Amino acid sequence: MSTIAVGGINRTALFYQSVIGKKVIMAVTGFILSGFVLGHMIGNLQVFAGPEKFNAYAAFLQGLGPMLWVARIALLAAVGLHIAMAVQLTLLKLDARPQAYVKKSALVSTYAARTMIWSGPIVAAFLIYHLLHLTTGHAHPDFKPGDVYANFITGFKNPAVALFYMVANILLAFHLYHGVWSMFQSLGVSHPRYTPILKRLAQLYGIVIGLGNVAMPMAVLTGILTL
Amino acid sequence: MKLTLNIWRQKGPNHPGRMVKYEMPNVDEHMSFLEMLDVLNEDLIHKGEEPVTFEHDCREGICGCCGFMINGLPHGPQRGTTVCQLHMRQFHDGEELWIEPFRAKAFPVLKDLMVDRGSFDRIIAAGGYVSVNTGCFVDGNAIPIEKQNAEMAMDAAACIGCGACVASCPNASASLFTAAKIAHLGLLPQGQAERDRRAVRMVAQMMEESFGYCTNTGECEALCPKGVKIENIARMNRDYLKAAITYREESAPAGGS
Repeated sequence: MSTIAVGGINRTALFYQSVIGKKVIMAVTGFILSGFVLGHMIGNLQVFAGPEKFNAYAAFLQGLGPMLWVARIALLAAVGLHIAMAVQLTLLKLDARPQAYVKKSALVSTYAARTMIWSGPIVAAFLIYHLLHLTTGHAHPDFKPGDVYANFITGFKNPAVALFYMVANILLAFHLYHGVWSMFQSLGVSHPRYTPILKRLAQLYGIVIGLGNVAMPMAVLTGILTL
Repeated sequence: MKLTLNIWRQKGPNHPGRMVKYEMPNVDEHMSFLEMLDVLNEDLIHKGEEPVTFEHDCREGICGCCGFMINGLPHGPQRGTTVCQLHMRQFHDGEELWIEPFRAKAFPVLKDLMVDRGSFDRIIAAGGYVSVNTGCFVDGNAIPIEKQNAEMAMDAAACIGCGACVASCPNASASLFTAAKIAHLGLLPQGQAERDRRAVRMVAQMMEESFGYCTNTGECEALCPKGVKIENIARMNRDYLKAAITYREESAPAGGS
């Protein structure tokens, strides 16, 4: 029998060490990030309103000054914690079943739920590329600082780039399809009345984000948006 | 009916195991799955081979002893049933079946299809109980319990501890089992005294036993022979969150006044 001494142990450490604590951190950071993803998409859909509107929106964001950095640091912290928890929990999972099944079937779990650990890292890799591509311009061959609309169009003129954006955003949609409901369950929100609604909402959330974000590179590729 | 069985054979905890093929030419569709294995074992004994070890006790679906994987599903293809209550009419003539033990680090294989589920006992011992004063028993109707809570506690208490939730979970998590007990006792007035301590200790023990974590896939709920719901896991998370903030471990030595 093991003894579990809680007294004297740091309460934060106790919370952080437990699987439930880790999942709560995962859920809270996921909540922040999924909120950001929606705002980011709605903001960027202004690209369909023309270059003036889109560049003005970009200038407005840049004009936020210190507030912009507060938001950036908060988002970066959320991403960091979300990834750290994913890595730790995945290691626990690998340890929990050292011998795999010869045959294993899945009954109700969705493809999205089972592939969170694949969609997550691919989206993270995409995120780094995306920042270097359209924020800092390091990965953009024709980057013009300040002319966000032009960078957007010239960037997606390259079909390989546009394709990577679309694939990554479809995976992000899968990630949200499960994650946006899952975070409520992790935080202990479950009720026969609300859970089915939350599940629907998460599915809708994933589909909306997927469609919205795929529409932008697609519009450039198909010539709907031009310089 | 005729069946081909691929059964996991493993001599002991530290031996490597492998799938062995057995032909069953004459299976009666009215047999239970375990009776079918009894017939196979009868045959093996007559041939002088080692019979297949599997666990069972009541064979009525209520004790939680039996259980292994059939074609990748704990307790086989029929929902809401333990393997002892699964009948061969659920399969068709000529089918090939894959039979292997529940797999988790916390469920080491003892022999063939039998695993050690002592980790579940240790999770229960960590907090899955209520303290009762000695002396005259309390009248059963003396403590008012809200009907809905009684129903939910009863549904959670239906858990027989078979381990199918762990076996079906992609992460080998014992969340449904642990949550069922935390919810069962936490919903009743008798369980309030130890509610915080129970959540903290049982969750800690669950980790100590090397079970995985919950990713809310819902596999366990679908495969639980007693239909225990993952709503209980949310309840466990709530209890744990509250306890992690407010819980105080007793600091005075026992017996002090």
